Formats: sequence, C-alpha cells, structure tokens
Amino acid sequence: MNVKLRVWRQKNSETEGRFENYEAKNLNPNMSFLEMMDVVNEDLTDAGEEPIAFAHDCREGICGTCSCMIDGKPHGPEHGVATCQTYMRSFKDGDTITVEPFRATAFPIVKDLVTDRAAFDKIQQAGGFITVRTGAAPDANSIPIGKEIADLAMDAAACIGCGACVAACKNASAMLFVSAKAGQLNLLPQGQPEKDRRVLSMVAAMDEAGFGNCTNQYECSAACPKMISEEFISKLNRDFVGATVRNAVKAKAL
Amino acid sequence: MNILNALFKTSLGKKVIMAITGLVLVGFVIGHLVGNLQIFSPPEKINAYAHLLQSLGPVLWVIRAFLLLMVGLHIWSAIALVLENKAARGAKGYANQKTLRASFASRTMKWSGLIVLAFIIYHILHFTTKQAYGPELFMVNLDGEMVPDVHTMMVLGFQDPLVSIFYLVAIGLLTLHLSHGLSSMFQSLGLRTRAWAGCLNKVSLAVCILYFLGNAAIVGACFSGFVKVQNENFQASSGELCTPNCQVCETRLASNN
Repeated sequence: MNVKLRVWRQKNSETEGRFENYEAKNLNPNMSFLEMMDVVNEDLTDAGEEPIAFAHDCREGICGTCSCMIDGKPHGPEHGVATCQTYMRSFKDGDTITVEPFRATAFPIVKDLVTDRAAFDKIQQAGGFITVRTGAAPDANSIPIGKEIADLAMDAAACIGCGACVAACKNASAMLFVSAKAGQLNLLPQGQPEKDRRVLSMVAAMDEAGFGNCTNQYECSAACPKMISEEFISKLNRDFVGATVRNAVKAKAL
Repeated sequence: MNILNALFKTSLGKKVIMAITGLVLVGFVIGHLVGNLQIFSPPEKINAYAHLLQSLGPVLWVIRAFLLLMVGLHIWSAIALVLENKAARGAKGYANQKTLRASFASRTMKWSGLIVLAFIIYHILHFTTKQAYGPELFMVNLDGEMVPDVHTMMVLGFQDPLVSIFYLVAIGLLTLHLSHGLSSMFQSLGLRTRAWAGCLNKVSLAVCILYFLGNAAIVGACFSGFVKVQNENFQASSGELCTPNCQVCETRLASNN
C-alpha cells in the first residue's frame, strides 16, 4: 500500500516549524506506524535529507515514549493502543495522514515530532512516590488488600506517562496523568502516609508546569492507550478537597 | 495552604468554585421555575407569591446580593480557566484535532453561557425593573391590598412573538448549558464515580428535559391564550367584557357629557 504523509518539521525549539509532504510507497499493511516512518526515513537518508525525528523506545506499548498526533488523535485512529501498536492496516491505500507533535506549552517541541515531556517527571517527583523501609524484601501479601482495590489501583498504575491525555485535551490538561499517578498510590495502604501531601504537591506541580484545566469532557480517557478511566480524575478532585480541608484544620507544631 | 488560597489560586480550586456556584444557580433556576408554574393556578396565587417576595425587604436584597456574587464567581472562574486553557495549548495549535467523546453541550459552554447571561440581563429589565416592558402594569386587589398584577404582566409579556421566541431560545441554551454542567459539577467535586455515573447522566438529562418543558409550558400557555388575562381593568379596556346590550360604556359616556 501507499500513503501520503503531511509531517510537521521543526529544526529545534527556537525555529518556526511547517508541514512537509512525503510519500511512503510499497508498504506492508502489517507494518507498524513507526516502521512505516522508518521506511520514510531510510528514503530521506538515502536522498541526503534530514530524517524525521520521532520519539520511540520499546515499540511494544509499555514505555510511553512514542507520541504523535496522527490524523487528529493521539496515537492514531485505533482505541487503547500507542503509536507503536498502530498498524498501517488501520489506514486505507492512498490516504493522506497528518502527523503532528503533541501540542502543549508544558511539552515544548525538541525537534520535528519529539516533545520534551519532562514536566511529567517534575509532577512525579513532587509526590508520585511512597516511603518504604529499606532492608530485605517484605513478605508477599503481608499487607492484605481487597481485590477490588488492588484491581482499581492496577488500572491507574497502567499509565505509561505518554502524554496522550494532555495532547487530546482541548485545554492541554494533565489531570488524567496526575490522577492516575496519585490515584494508584492513594488507593493502597502503602500510599496513605503521604496521601494529602502527595495530592497537594502533585496538583501544585501540575499547575506550575502550565497545564490547562479539566473541563470534564473526558477526551483524555478516550485517547488514553491504557484506557484509564476519568473516574480517577473525580477521585483526585475528591482527595484534593479532603486534603485541603484537613491541611487547613490539622494540628500543627509551634 | 489555606482554603481560600486553594480555592482561588489552584486549577482544581477554581473548578470547585465553578461547581458550587453552579449548584446554587441550578437550585435558583429550578426554584424560579416552580414559583412561575403558579401561573397555571388562579391569579391570586402567583400575585400573592410575588407580593411575598417583594415584601421581604432587606432580606430580598441579601438574597439578590448572594445570587449576584454566585453569578460573578461563576463567570470569574470561567474567564480565569479559559485564559489558562488557551495559554496551556500554546500559540501553535493543531492543524487537525478530532473530537473523541466530548458532548456538543460541553464544547459550547462558553457560548451558551454568554447568551444566557445576555438573556438574564434582558429578563431582569423585562420583568424585574420593567424597563423593557411594553404594556402598563396593572394593580390588583389582594385581600384588601393593592399589589402589582404579576399574572397579567406575565401573560401580556409573552404576547409578543419575538419576546416569546427569545425566551424559548434562551431557555433552550440554558438547558444545554445545564446538560453538561449538572453532571460536571459532581465530577469537579469528586462525587462522580463509575458506580453511578450512568445514573447521574440519566438523572441530569431528565432534569434538563423537565426544566425546558416547564419553562416552555409557561411561555406557550401565555402566548397561545391557554392562560388568559383575568384582570378586570385590562379586560374592560380591551373590550373583552363587552356584551350585547351592555349599558356600562353608554352610561359612562352619558355621565361624562
């Protein structure tokens, strides 16, 4: 199959970018989208041109490195997969595919389709952790956790931090990411000691990074390659209100 | 961080302000509708209700100030959030972005909100301050006291097709606004969970439909003549009470001559 590509090219964060048109010919429909990009880059390299820069790593949907807005949807037309798991069979022969980087002030473009998503790391560093005792590994299942809670926490923990939620949101809000990262810990007993501090710090880091606000449209959840539910956003809102009130009235040292 | 700081400075806090002020305003519009549905009772009912509200005196102004504060905060949080959202996407937007599941109502909150705001201003000029009110205001005797005849004012107010259409359009847009806002406020306060999200959507849709139908019934009944003016002074001046062989006007004319 053959497709036409309309790809955003931008030399670096300082220069203006623009769309360039390319043609990808003789593709196997069972190639992944990234393999198709590899083919285009081979041709560009052979022709002595600069290959298209795009982020990728594991190519099996678990690292969250690949991004790209493909035809107006993060990670392409399919549901619940990352760009690396999107195959050319999802497109029709002769299609023109528009490929853009994720657009958000908090995700500055590094080059072409590559964005700097370090803002997510800052949010994680603000509270996405628990305190653990060092030493030998504890016995498995020494802390009893109900199956429903364990399952729910696992759903939130499926977040790979790719940034599709921010890319899909009309407001470039990171609420689904933050709610998943805070929620997976807030649900579990291990996450309780820092729960309030975690929620307040992660929300503060999110606001500081310049992400937008949640308008409850749930585009994030629809675009999430791990299909994380917007219910975690509700939980984050609930935990935030609770943490703020508790923090205001709690006993403090002199 | 104290509570006020959290409410006014953080992204989630502004959404809480939006939700709580929205909740108060939803309560108000539903109460307002229930009060107005008294138009279907004999005129004394709604006239007495209006008189009761007017006679609250300072309390009425406290309620008005509170509602105005709610509207003000609702609009302030909307503007603050929209500005932040615009900045968050950055100067360069997408060339192509699909809508995946966002409802039409949720994507048009800005516009439905702005038009409803314009309508509220007109509505206050129309029926509260009566600056935009055409026909004269009739008085009516209620238990020995002369009070404004709100029943007649409403019926006459909706006789103009343009006014009635504007009311219906505005109510339709407010219903659209609420169809997103009603379930959204639960999400913003963290009270929406998967267990009852479906139920919440259905209940808010039902409330929206009932709200629209209730308001449309008032406008429709007044416009179509289902609810008629029952003020005798108005009926006399418009000739509605004229019967064959009636001597009232002749007697009056004769006495004037």
